[in-house]
Amino acid sequence: MSTLTAPMPSSALDQDWKKVLRWGLICGGALIALCLVGMPVELDRREIIERYLSLGYVSVVLVPIAIGWVSASQVVLEGFESRKQGLFDLVTGLVVGVIGGGLLSLLMVALDSWNLRDPLVNWSPKLFRFLTYENGMGFGAGAWIVTCGVLGLAGASLHVMPRAVRRIVGIVTLGLLSLSVLEEAVSDVSEGFGLEWLTDLIYAKKGGLTLTSTIVVGAVMVVIAALTNGRVKAVTNRYRDMEGVERQKASIILFAVVAVLCIVLPMFLGKIMNELLANVGLFLLLALGLNIVVGLAGLLDLGYVAFFAVGGYTTAVLTSPNSPWFAPELHFGFSLIFVVIFAIIVGLVIGAPVIRMRGDYLAIVTLGFGEIIRLLFMSDWLGPYFGGAQGITNVPGVDLGFATVKGTDPRSVFYLVLFFCVIAIYVSWRLQASRLGRAWMAIREDEQVAEAMGINTVSAKLMAFVVGAVLAAFSGAVLVAKVGSVFPTSFMILISIIILVVVIVGGMGNIAGVMVGSFVLIGVLGGPKQPGLLQEFQNFKLLIYGMLLVFMMLKRPEGLVPSARRSRELHQDEFLQDAWLKGDKPGIDDDADDEDAAPVPVGDGGGEEE
Amino acid sequence: MSETSSTNGATALLEFRQVNTHYGAVHILKDVDLAIYPGELVCLLGGNASGKSTTLKTLLGMVTPTSGEVVLDGEVVNDKPTSYRVINGVTMVPENRRLFKRLSVKENLELGAYLRNDKDGIAEDLEKIYDLFPRVKERLSQKSGTLSGGEQQMVAIGRALMSRPRVLLMDEPSMGLAPALVQQNFELIQQIHADGMAIFMVEQNANMALSIADRGWVLQTGRVVLDDTADALMANPELRASYLGEG
Repeated sequence: MSTLTAPMPSSALDQDWKKVLRWGLICGGALIALCLVGMPVELDRREIIERYLSLGYVSVVLVPIAIGWVSASQVVLEGFESRKQGLFDLVTGLVVGVIGGGLLSLLMVALDSWNLRDPLVNWSPKLFRFLTYENGMGFGAGAWIVTCGVLGLAGASLHVMPRAVRRIVGIVTLGLLSLSVLEEAVSDVSEGFGLEWLTDLIYAKKGGLTLTSTIVVGAVMVVIAALTNGRVKAVTNRYRDMEGVERQKASIILFAVVAVLCIVLPMFLGKIMNELLANVGLFLLLALGLNIVVGLAGLLDLGYVAFFAVGGYTTAVLTSPNSPWFAPELHFGFSLIFVVIFAIIVGLVIGAPVIRMRGDYLAIVTLGFGEIIRLLFMSDWLGPYFGGAQGITNVPGVDLGFATVKGTDPRSVFYLVLFFCVIAIYVSWRLQASRLGRAWMAIREDEQVAEAMGINTVSAKLMAFVVGAVLAAFSGAVLVAKVGSVFPTSFMILISIIILVVVIVGGMGNIAGVMVGSFVLIGVLGGPKQPGLLQEFQNFKLLIYGMLLVFMMLKRPEGLVPSARRSRELHQDEFLQDAWLKGDKPGIDDDADDEDAAPVPVGDGGGEEE
Repeated sequence: MSETSSTNGATALLEFRQVNTHYGAVHILKDVDLAIYPGELVCLLGGNASGKSTTLKTLLGMVTPTSGEVVLDGEVVNDKPTSYRVINGVTMVPENRRLFKRLSVKENLELGAYLRNDKDGIAEDLEKIYDLFPRVKERLSQKSGTLSGGEQQMVAIGRALMSRPRVLLMDEPSMGLAPALVQQNFELIQQIHADGMAIFMVEQNANMALSIADRGWVLQTGRVVLDDTADALMANPELRASYLGEG
């Protein structure tokens, strides 16, 4: 048994300088871009640790740490013995950080010497003061070079420290950071549970953690991290290894826990959190619908917001007394029938002409239709019917007899949204496993062959459009009942794009993925107009969305939650590899258990020469 | 044309009578006559852009002829959709196999039986396919795009067989396969044929195709220029010159 050895560096300075330089430049570029976007200055007001650290500095500081970590990570080649990481990698991180800090200093010099404020809005004395700690150029430059070097080193050192320590450092850093950033949400939740005294103790009056509480909470987290070390992974691994009935049971328990949480938790939450959950639900409903259109049937619909608008306007016209042309003032529940009918009609009207197009063409045409619908609602021509730019106001809430669902009571809105989401999840789940669902997947994979199999591709695709349209229209109806008014500007193209990002980031064609995606994006980052947990990042939301999308496409194209099918396949690949290794190279097999005696279940190498 | 243009007394399973097709204004098939009889193995030869793929698409109803008749079991099916023809026993194995790559092998096979509702029959046919291709059975839950070329060909044929066809249309079955697999593939086709399946094969590999076929046609720029038994075609000097690389 001979294992190949990767080329070893003879000393810590025997670096791949080209690579180091490249990462250094990336680090510097990222730092400069971040500064010029204005993030540090704007976030400087927000304290993380009272008087010592602001969110602005945190946003800058994270860059060299992250890039230090990435630059020092080694590619583990299959069949090669991996190198033990040590001084060599620390030097990499250090140099990368120093280069990054140097470039940042250059920015400072430039800030001092020229005024480029005209094209670059954030090229301001404020940024200069931020970067120099108001201590002058020389101090600032020196400080950043040293700091970035140390941070790069810190990032690289994560590779060197033992796994358990790394885990504790990670948990404590992330824990403290999120505890501080999510101050508002944490306060809101603790209020609901009657724990105000605790939050008063942790947070400073002006916001941010106090130094003492940072140390205390940090220590508590170290203990928790140390105690749970390895347990979480064991549990998830056990879940993953389960099969058949056992797994089903575990899934049902998991589902029940989530369901109970969804019903019980909002009762303890304050307005802000309930509002946030309601927004997550509204977008989840949209995302579930788009998931059917894009994820299952493979039709890239960029004008999805049109159906959202149709649902909203139908509800507004039918329930509001202020509807300019026709105001039957129906009950919300009754108007839903018409919401469904109009969603189907519009789905068919938009779907029928575009359904024969493929890929990019379909995307562009639907993009156009999405805008057309919005512009129609805005137009003077339809103004007398839909109120034009003034929209329709005074939409009543949903009168349920025992309670009224309206925007001032976000908890009730959440429950209403939850109701629709449960329907949507059930429908998606049933459809996925149905004949129609299989036809959609076949069309997504190869439309022509699907047609040759006898699948009526036109009607299957129209069905996808219609089902998606109805779910989006439900979401629109609830939105209007929640907000109490409807305007054309609520249905910008941005919504279509954000929902698509939710679906892609979560995991296309996968219900759990879409749920996670909408929680992470809409809940944490916030929707187009809805604030998320990270309210401070409001202005940089789209930037983060974009970065996240690029990152996901490069590193994890299957989404945050890969579908069950996919993880099964990944497992199978590993299994096949193991079987192959066992079959052909018995020397490598070191865990000699009873499986050895059994014949190799699936032979990959055996049949090739038939 | 006579009502049942038969060479051996039986009714043709699938037939072209003076078929013409157009893509837009372009004339593709020109007065094509074809007939496939039950249990036959026939092949259609022709170079690039001679109309081979259009012939298949017209047989399957994905292209509608501008004139002439497509006849299935004595019934003119010009206006019937693909699904009608699949239900009545016509299925295609597409060129380059074209499996649903991100779906599992099992799902691919099940999609072949998309139009069938008889659960027991489907299960029975699945078993038959596992018997025919034991290796397919080993890979049921694997994504079909990860299979080797030879295995993909098996799944493609299996998928087509799942609709319980009476005639199998094969578009360039040897294209994109390694030479060793081409031979294996033709043996497979013969094996399926031996079970009584009528096979209509479109091929560029004329030598190989004619060696296993009963009859054949040669298509040139949309017109049938030769229509004879396989042996006669093999011996035809013109064909040998243009397709078999001799001359």
